[in-house]
Parts: sequence; structure tokens; C-alpha cells
Amino acid sequence: MPNLTINGVAVSVPEGTTILSAAKQVGIHIPHYCYHTHLSVAGNCRMCQVEVEKFPKLQTACSTVATEGMVVRTDTEAVRKAVRGALEFLLIHHPIDCPICDQAGECGLQDYYMTVGLHKSRYPLGDKIHKKKVQDAGSGIVLDAERCILCSRCVRFLEEVTGTRELQFFRRGDHSEISFFPGRPIDNHYAGNLADICPVGALTSRDFRFRCRVWFLKSAESICTGCARGCNIEAHFHEGVLYRYKPRVNDAVNRAWMCDFGRMEYRKANEARLLAPFVRENGVEKEMPWGALMPQVAQRLSDAVRTHGADTVAVIASPQLSNEELFLVRHFASDLLGTMNLAFTRRAPEDGFSDDFLIHPDKNPNSAGARLLGIPGEEAFHAVAGRISRGEIRALVIFGNVLGAFSEKGTLELLSKAPFIVQVGTNEGVVSRAAHAVLPSASFVERGGTFVNCDGRLQRFRAGFAPRGKARNTIEILVDLGNRLGAGWSFSGEESVFRALSRSEAPFRGMTYGSIGSLGREVKR
Amino acid sequence: MTVGIKKAARPRKMSFPEGVYLVEIAKALWLTMSHLLRNIVRQEGIRTIEYPEVRREMPPRFRGLHRLMKREDGTPRCTACFCCPTACPAKCITIVAGESPDPRVEKFPVRFDIDMLRCVFCGLCVEACPLDAIRMDTGWFTPPDDSREKLVFTIEMLLEKRG
Repeated sequence: MPNLTINGVAVSVPEGTTILSAAKQVGIHIPHYCYHTHLSVAGNCRMCQVEVEKFPKLQTACSTVATEGMVVRTDTEAVRKAVRGALEFLLIHHPIDCPICDQAGECGLQDYYMTVGLHKSRYPLGDKIHKKKVQDAGSGIVLDAERCILCSRCVRFLEEVTGTRELQFFRRGDHSEISFFPGRPIDNHYAGNLADICPVGALTSRDFRFRCRVWFLKSAESICTGCARGCNIEAHFHEGVLYRYKPRVNDAVNRAWMCDFGRMEYRKANEARLLAPFVRENGVEKEMPWGALMPQVAQRLSDAVRTHGADTVAVIASPQLSNEELFLVRHFASDLLGTMNLAFTRRAPEDGFSDDFLIHPDKNPNSAGARLLGIPGEEAFHAVAGRISRGEIRALVIFGNVLGAFSEKGTLELLSKAPFIVQVGTNEGVVSRAAHAVLPSASFVERGGTFVNCDGRLQRFRAGFAPRGKARNTIEILVDLGNRLGAGWSFSGEESVFRALSRSEAPFRGMTYGSIGSLGREVKR
Repeated sequence: MTVGIKKAARPRKMSFPEGVYLVEIAKALWLTMSHLLRNIVRQEGIRTIEYPEVRREMPPRFRGLHRLMKREDGTPRCTACFCCPTACPAKCITIVAGESPDPRVEKFPVRFDIDMLRCVFCGLCVEACPLDAIRMDTGWFTPPDDSREKLVFTIEMLLEKRG
């Protein structure tokens, strides 16, 4: 454990820690572009130069390992002059097209110019070397070679993380630029990370391009719903519209990355949403206020139980629901309706694609949670589906927007056999076209909760903004419906449900939202 | 913090002739009639102007209705950088950016609406613009209209205006 001082602050760090990481531990930020926590050290941007006592020259903090008795200073005039010089060199050929650059607002050049730069340009505008702009680099990445500062983060990412090596340095000196080989654009499922790690606007995302200025965005800590991996993400939104996902560092799950499929999951929160509750009578949709619809739904369900028996009622849950919601769904089905017909159905994977890094074949975020909460899976679902197709089910409650591996035609055919279907879902789809009562629920980032990922890690996602339109939180819908069936629930918000859940379910025993934290923890098995 | 108290002057007590009113009414009528007679005799001295046919000279820094500037080729100078809606305290500017077919332009405003009913004419949008694409030098006030929609100025309307 070497002990050193940085700007007079004593710090003790593990063997092999660099000065840059050591400084971070005591809250001293050392400017850097090429250094990335999850990539190898390159030391080419020269922004992290610091003064170390007894060293004849300034050292790069990202590549210098802290040793016993080191005295580091980041605030001397020599350091300031060197860093400003490095920044001036990096900006020499930069086009300064911030008004049209998507990175503006989260750009390293802008940030460090304001903190360590503030110099006047000494380079004539006409002498700037122009490089190719707006190149389609493939996989939804736009490459602007002119804005690039040649930090090589993207080159190292493609070499060390994906191993695909599409980007490389070309030409020499002032003319050096990042580019791809002719006819061989970026082609991998993790390309979106390039736009995240690029400290300037050289690599930007085609999908996010020009859609919103980043300084308007607010963010919420969240979990990707694209597959069972449960990558930790930040959801960025503005005025009730979700704009993008960015990976959040969690070394136990996704390190600092996420896949492109997951990245596009945000669209589901914006497109084809169910925004107002409605009923379908004789094939005609009629919008209805919540206050009028809920008693009706509760009445129809309790009538079915009373007249035909609890066996004729079925509940189909979804592993897109959080643990809290699934816990209430289970109580709703087995205690309030008293039915054994409870199963969860998975969202059918479009291609079931998986790889050995982050992409998991199960395209649901909480299949493990559903199993831990004792909700039976695929086999039970097929049994329930069988009963529906034989016309034995008089009332059906479906959570989610699709029915397992059934095709669109198959789902409609199956659902035509049930005389009363209630859907609690987020998006329009085959189920909402067949349901007799549709209760729109809050989508991702409009609600909070917990998921259990494929490795049994309990992770929390947080609500960012209020549900869109007239949609309501699934927990709110369940409590309302449950209380009309005599549950006497007094839950408000996901945390109160989680407290009840952690008291009664063995795998979650003793856990609280506080103990899950922002990085999650393993459940007991 | 103590609140400073300022005593406001009470209306003074009226004198007797003022209290009778008749004298004051006669004085007021005399003032009106004198203006009427003066305006009939010397029309060039009339103090009111026939707005909007006749308009007052505006001071050079007057902030009137906005206009958007054009490049030499007639396309809008605006690149949809969103600096003006960021600076706008009234949140009256709505921009939707699009990808321009011209790679030298790259980004341009598909929509640029200013809600004139919300605008407070503070001029911060003009200050914020890095390209001098928006100006408030038309010298016009917000014209009256019969619906709210007509007072949301679109990019076409803003580009047509002259300084």
C-alpha cells in the first residue's frame, strides 16, 4: 500500500494504482482524454501531466504508477502551462463547429477549454487542415474525422473489447485521421459504445443525432430491459420523452458497456403507447375514465369466479414486470382470485441472438425474478393456453403486450376463445387489439422497481418521470383492483411493496432498497 | 432582514372650490376644447399619429418582432444549435433539427416556431445566437390577431420579414 500526497492531501492506494486513479479517490480531477477506466493506457493526449517531486520532467498521471512517498502536484504553474499547451495543440485543427455538433454540452474539449484552456487561438483559420465530415461509419455511428483529437479510445475499444478492429489511424502528422478500411465499416453489436467513449464529437450516434441537445436531458439510474443480463444504464429523458440509454459502470455486470439492441429498447417507451384506458364492446373501442372502468373490471372478474369457479379465471404475468409487481400479481391471482392458472410468458425473442459477452438469449429482464417469486414459467403457460383454447377460461388477465412464442395470428385465435380479457400493458399490439378492457400501465423509466438478472443479481431501476398520458403505475393498478376484490392493501410506491416482499420471500429476505444500492447485490439461492 | 417602510403621501384634502366640482369640470372642459380648437386651426401640430399608416421612429436598439436571416443562397442561416431556446426565459421557441442534404450545412431547422404570445421580447435569443441568424430589428410590435395559432410564427414567416 504506497502512501503518497497529491496537492498536499495524503492518500494510501493499492499497489499498481496510477496517480490519476489515486487522485480520483481523494476527489482531485486530473484532465484526460485518452485514458478510460476500462481500456488499456495509451498516454497520448498529454492532458494528464502532473508534477512529481524529484522527477526531472512532468509525468502523465494515467501511466505513472503511484509509489511510496511520492509527492504529486496538479496545481502548479508548470502543470497549468503544459496542459494548456497540450489542449492548444489538440484544438489546432479542430473545426469548432459546436453549434451543429451533437457532443456539445458533454464534450471534453468544451469542458477543459473552460477549466484549463481559455487561451486565444494563435493558428490562422485559413491554415486549418480539413478532413472528411459526416461519414457513415456503419452500425449507426457517424464519423467526423475533423473533430477527432486522435486519443485512440475507439481503436483500443474495437481491439480490446469487441476484437473486431474496424477503426485505425491513417496518414501521418497533421493529416493523421481515424478511419475504417475501404468497404469495411464498423460491424459489431457494441458500436454504440464508441459514441459514448469518444470524448469529442468525432463519433456520434446516428439514432440520437440532432434529436435533443444534451444539456436539456435529465437522467435516471436504470436497468436495460433488452435481455436478462440487466446491464446498468442511465436513461436520459426530457419533458416526458426518453431519448437514449447510456451504460453505467458496474464491473459485476456490464463493466462500462452495453449492446446496440439494448440501446434501442428506449424506443418502446415512446412509440405506439397505450395512453388511455378503454373498453372494447362488440369490436368497438370506447375510451373510459379509470374511475368508471376499474369497478367494472373488478365486477366482471369476481362474477366469473362466483358463477363459474376460480378455475375458469387465469392470470398471465410477464417477466418484463418488476419483482414488486410480480409479487402483487401472484397475490392477486392466488389469494384474491383464488386461481391456480398463473404463469408468465416471455417476450418472444426476435432471433434469440446471444453472444459470449453481454447479449443473453432470454430477452426479458426479470425471468429469474419471476421464478424466484414462485410464478411458474413456460410449461405452466402452455397449460393455461391449452385451457384457453378449449374455452375453459371465462376471464383472463394479461400483463404485458405479447403472448410468448405465439404468432400474431395464433394469439388472436387463442384470445378469441376467452369471453373477457383484461390487459395491463404499455404498448399497442396484438393483445391490446383483442382485449376487452385495456388498462395502460407506466412504461420503463416511468416507474421504479427491481429486477433479478440472469446471474441472480438483484438490481434497482428508478422512475424518471410521471407516466405518459393517462397511464398508471402497474402497482397502483394492482392495488386499486386488488382492493376492489377485498385485498385491503395499503401499498403506495414500489418501496412499500418491496418491504413486504423482503419479509415474506426467502431469496430477498432482509434486503432493502438501501442495501441494494445503485450497483445491486446477489440474491440468496 | 428588516423591511424598509416608506410612507406614501395621502391625497391632500381638497380645497372648497375643488370640492364643489363645478369649477374643476369647467377647467377640464376648457382644456379639451382648447386642444380641439387648436387642432382644427393648426392640423400639423396634432400630437397623435395615425398608426399604423404613420409610425413613430423607433430607437435603434428597439426590440421588435423577430426575423430569421438568410444565407446568400437563400437558405436559413440558422443551424438549429438550440442556443436561443436554451437562453429563452419564456420558453417560446420550438426548434426541430434535421439533417441537411448539403454536407457543408449538416444541420438545419426543420421547424422554428416562436410563440409571440409567450415571448417577452427580452432579446436573449439574439444575444445567444452564435451565427447572427435571429434579429429583432423589424421595428414592429406583435400585431393583433383573432386566434392563438396565428400568433405562433413559423420559420417561413420569420424568414420573410425585413429589417
